[in-house]
Amino acid sequence: MQVVNHMKLEFLSVPENEGFARVAVSAFAVQLDPTLDVLADIKTAVSEAVTNAIVHGYGPALGTVAVEAALRSDGVLQISVSDQGRGIPDIAQAMQPFFTTQPEKERSGMGFSVMQTFMDRVSVESVLGEGTTVRMEKRLREG
Amino acid sequence: MEHVRRRDTMTVRLTGELDHCSAQSVRRELDGLIADPGIKKLVLDMGGMSFMDSSGIGVILGRYRELHGRGGALYVKNMNSQVEKIFLLSGMDQIIQII
Ligand SMILES: Nc1ncnc2c1ncn2[C@@H]1O[C@H](COP(=O)(O)OP(=O)(O)O)[C@@H](O)[C@H]1O
Ligand SMILES: [Mg+2]
Repeated sequence: MQVVNHMKLEFLSVPENEGFARVAVSAFAVQLDPTLDVLADIKTAVSEAVTNAIVHGYGPALGTVAVEAALRSDGVLQISVSDQGRGIPDIAQAMQPFFTTQPEKERSGMGFSVMQTFMDRVSVESVLGEGTTVRMEKRLREG
Repeated sequence: MEHVRRRDTMTVRLTGELDHCSAQSVRRELDGLIADPGIKKLVLDMGGMSFMDSSGIGVILGRYRELHGRGGALYVKNMNSQVEKIFLLSGMDQIIQII
């Protein structure tokens, strides 16, 4: 599958960049003319992954979050969100609905469930002490 | 935050985006508005909200617990389709009434 366009963003893991990242990816996706509902899905999924990098990957320390997006010739948008933070000890457990390691901060544990519901594919790679990459795909038009 | 109190009911109009970044200030403002224990019902009017992610679920459920703990209830209204999708996905419609 050919990549017809690609972008990469790097930013400091401060909460103000959650909005920046989701709007930037949504603006990138707009070139394939997706519906507003599809754009809202993408924004929400990006917001979840970037928030996780900020609060779980690095928090309370700071680090760099990388967001990449690629448009494929078959009409699929690929997104990856990476941090070089603490990593996830048990990915299957982390992805369970309502599982959170920060209940005292009123986190809902629904971030991965939102990503999985709003995107067509979600996969997670993580190494303890090295960081986490979340890859997501969404079809924007028939290829 | 635009709000109106009628007897034991506080209605609050949420606007803008509710994510992790804004969650703390939204939480603080809502808690201020329901601080009087005489308030038993909180109605969240989401009509002016343009975005919410799962951090918003945490904020809403936290306020639900507070109201529920004092024998009250929480209601939401005017959700857009994106917000409603998050709401249904998390099963919040099981405990929070959409009016
Ligand atoms: N980038 C990350 N780095 C480290 N841990 C993570 C990361 N993303 C998710 N996690 C872990 O997975 C759990 C579940 O994530 P999520 O479903 O988004 O729920 P929440 O963010 O509400 O806790 C988090 O509580 C955290 O322990
Ligand atoms: Mg999360």
